[in-house]
Amino acid sequence: MNFDFSDDQKLLRDQARKFLQDKCDRKSVRNILEDHQQNYNADLWSQISELGWTGTAIPEEYGGLGLGMLELCVIAEELGRALAPTPFSSSIYIFAEFLKSYGTDDQKKKYLPLIASGEKIGTFALSETNGKPKPNNIKTSYTSGKLNGSKNPVTDGESADYIIVAANSDSNSNYNSLSLFIIDRNGPGVNISNLDTIDPTRPSCTVDLENVACERLGDEGSGWEMIDNIFNRAAVLFSFEQVGGAQVSLDEAKKYSLERFAFGKQIGAFQALKHKMADMYVKIELARSNAYYGAWALSTDSNELPIAAAGARVSASEAYNYASQENIQIHGGVGFTWEYDCHLFYRRSKLLSLNIGSIRQWKENLISNLEKRNIV
Amino acid sequence: MDFNDTPQEAEFRKKVRSFLEANAEKRSTLAAKPKGDAGSSISSAGAPETVKGEDAAKLALENAKEWQRKKADAGFAAILWPKEFGGYGGTPIEQVIYAQEEQDYFVHSGYFEIGIGMLGPTMMAWGKDEDKKRFLPKMITGEEIWCQLFSEPSAGSDLAGIRMKAEKDGDEWVLNGQKVWTSGAHFADYGMIVARSDPTALKHKGLTYFYVDMKTPGIEAKPIKQISGSANFNEVFFNDVRIPDSQRIGAEGEGWKVSLTTLMNERLAVGDPPGLDFDQIFEASKEIEVEDGLAVKNSEVRQKMADWYIQSRGLQYTKYRSMTALSKGQTPGPELSISKLVTASKMQDVSSYALDLMDMSGMVHQDQNPILKNLFQNGYFFSAAMRIAGGTDEVLRNIIAERVLGLPQDERSDKKLPFNELPSGKN
Repeated sequence: MNFDFSDDQKLLRDQARKFLQDKCDRKSVRNILEDHQQNYNADLWSQISELGWTGTAIPEEYGGLGLGMLELCVIAEELGRALAPTPFSSSIYIFAEFLKSYGTDDQKKKYLPLIASGEKIGTFALSETNGKPKPNNIKTSYTSGKLNGSKNPVTDGESADYIIVAANSDSNSNYNSLSLFIIDRNGPGVNISNLDTIDPTRPSCTVDLENVACERLGDEGSGWEMIDNIFNRAAVLFSFEQVGGAQVSLDEAKKYSLERFAFGKQIGAFQALKHKMADMYVKIELARSNAYYGAWALSTDSNELPIAAAGARVSASEAYNYASQENIQIHGGVGFTWEYDCHLFYRRSKLLSLNIGSIRQWKENLISNLEKRNIV
Repeated sequence: MDFNDTPQEAEFRKKVRSFLEANAEKRSTLAAKPKGDAGSSISSAGAPETVKGEDAAKLALENAKEWQRKKADAGFAAILWPKEFGGYGGTPIEQVIYAQEEQDYFVHSGYFEIGIGMLGPTMMAWGKDEDKKRFLPKMITGEEIWCQLFSEPSAGSDLAGIRMKAEKDGDEWVLNGQKVWTSGAHFADYGMIVARSDPTALKHKGLTYFYVDMKTPGIEAKPIKQISGSANFNEVFFNDVRIPDSQRIGAEGEGWKVSLTTLMNERLAVGDPPGLDFDQIFEASKEIEVEDGLAVKNSEVRQKMADWYIQSRGLQYTKYRSMTALSKGQTPGPELSISKLVTASKMQDVSSYALDLMDMSGMVHQDQNPILKNLFQNGYFFSAAMRIAGGTDEVLRNIIAERVLGLPQDERSDKKLPFNELPSGKN
C-alpha cells in the first residue's frame, strides 16, 4: 500500500507553500478583491509561470515540464491554501486539459507552449443562462464557420487570450450537436463585459459573440462527452484547492479560539466549539482521502475517474463550505467584518463549489455513474 | 501512488491466503460481513441457522476455539505478539493484512480479540514472568478466554470514576461492587479488573489492577438484554470475592497507569465495523418503490445516497492512508480516530432512512422481511448502541479536539479532590 504522495512530490509541496506564503500573502489577495481594475495578480502569475507551475503536467514536447497530474494536484492544494488570485485553474486545469486530450497535433503545438509558459491564458465558455447547462439551453450556434451567441458567466474570460466555446453545430439543437471551438478573445466580434461575482478574486464576465471566427476542437457533436471528461479531470484538481482552503479555515478558526478569551477562558476550551472543530476536521480528512483517490484515478487514467472525481468533488465542496462557514461562526462578530479574512474563504469556498457545476449536480453524476458501473 | 503491497507484504498476504483457503470457508458477496450487533463478533453468529439459542451459542464457541487453535498452530493467532509468547512477531501492517483476508471467510475470532488485543499486551508490559508463562500461551490458542472488567454503572465515559472496592486483608484482597458492559463474562475463564483500593487518594491515584479467575466464589455474571433484544454484554457482581495479592498487576495505586496500557491497545484491537452502509441502501433502493417509481430513480434519494457514499469511501481511503503509514513503519496519523464517529451515525442515518423508504412495511421486523432480511431494522437498533459503545460520539469529538487539534482540555473539578470527596449525585 502506497496511498500517498512521493517524497519528491512532498518536497514540491513544501517549496510551493513557502513560495506562496512569501509572494501571495493576504494583502495581495485583498488587492485583487478591492481593485476592480485588476482581474488577477499579474506579478504572481508571471512568477509561478517562471517556476514552471503552469507547465507542470504539459508534456515537454509542448513546452511543459512533463511531470504528472499528481504534481499538479500538489500545486492545486497550495494555490487553494493561499487563495491565489490567478487564472491558473481556467488555463491549466481546463483549457490545457482540453487541448491535451482533444487537440490535433497542430493545435497542441500552437497553443500548449504558450499556455505552459504562462504567456497566454485560456478559459472555457459553457453556461448561457440560470441553472445547469444542458442541451436545450445552449443557444450559441456555429454556422458557416462563425460563432454567434452569448455566454455567461465565463470565469477569467476578461483575462483570457483564448476561449474554448461550446456551441451547437446543428440547427436541431440536440445532445449530439454540441461541439467545441477555440476563439481568439481579442478577435473581431468578441465583446466582453465584466460581471461581479461572490468572490471578486475569481472574476467572471459575459462573452458576446457576433460572427466570430473559430477553429473546431475535437470531433463534431461530441461536445458533452469531452466536457464531462475534462470536468472530471478538473474536479479532482479543484478538490485539492478546496481541501487546501478548508484546512486553512480550520487552522485559523483554531488559532482564533486559542487567542480569544470569554467567560474567563479561551473560547477554544468550550465543548461547543471543540466539537464543531472536530467536525470540521472529520469532514476535511474524509475530503482529503476522497481527493487522494481522485488523484490516483486521474494519474493512472483509470476508468474509475468519473466516480472518483465526483466523490472528490462532492466531499471537498461540502468540507470547504462547512469549514469556511463555521470559521466565521467561531470568530463571532469580527468574523463577518471586511477586516478579518474569514470572508475570503467563505467567498472562495462557495465559488469553487459552483464553478464546474453544483454539489447537487455532482451528486447526481456520482450516483448515475455508480448505476452505470452497476457494481459498487 | 498505488494500492499495491510491497514485495514483503505480498509474500505475507500469499501465506495468509493459502492458510485461509486450506482451512476455512469463503463468504459470498453483499451483506457478507458479520452482521451488526454490538459485540456481534461474539454472538451466536457462526452457528448454522437451524441451531438456535444456547445450543447455537455453545456450538459457535466451540467452532471459534477450534479455529483459534488452527490459527495458533499456523502462527497467525497473535500477529503483533513477540515470538517468545507464541506470537508471529509481525508488524502492524501484517496484522491489517491478516484481518483484511480473514474477513472474507466464515470464521469468528471475536471471542479472543479482547485477550489477544488488549489484555495480553497489558500482562506483557506489567505482569510477572510466571504469570506470562502460565497465561499467555493459552490466551493465544483460545483454550482460555479473557474478559475486561472496567466499566461500571457510574464509570462509563468517565472510566477513572470506578467504585469497585478492593480492600486488603493480609495477603488477600476482597473485591466488592459491580462491573457492567463486560463482553463475554458468561463464558470467559479469566478477567482483568480495575478497582479502587484507596478512596481517600486522588481519583486517578487510588486504583489497583488485578486479574481474576471468573470461577472464584462471589462472582456472578448476568446478561444485559439490549435494545436489539440480544444480549452480548453482562453485568458482573462481585460479592466478597477474595483473591491473593499475587494476582495484582502493577503496584498498588498504579491501576490507572496499567489501565492506560490496556486502553491504548483498544484502538488497535477494534476491527472493521460491521457493514450497513451505502452499498446496502443502494441495492435496496433498486427494489423499493416510492411515490414516483423505484427509489433509486428518485432525486432526493440519490442526493442522500451520494452523501453516504463519500463518507463510506472517504473512510476506506483514509484507512489506505493509515496503512501506507504503517507500511512505511510510521505511526498512522490521527485520522484513525474518525472512523467509528462517522460510521455509527452514518449507519443510523442509512437505516432510519431506509425504513422511511419502505413506508408502512418498514414497521415489520421479522425474518421474512423481503428487503435484505431485516438488515435495516437491525441496523436501526444496533447503530444507536454503536454511537455509545467504545467511546461516545461526544467523547470521540473531545479526543479529536484535544489530541489531534491540540485544543484545551475540559476544565475538571475532579483532579484535585480525594475521590471520596467528589460530588457523585449519590451522597
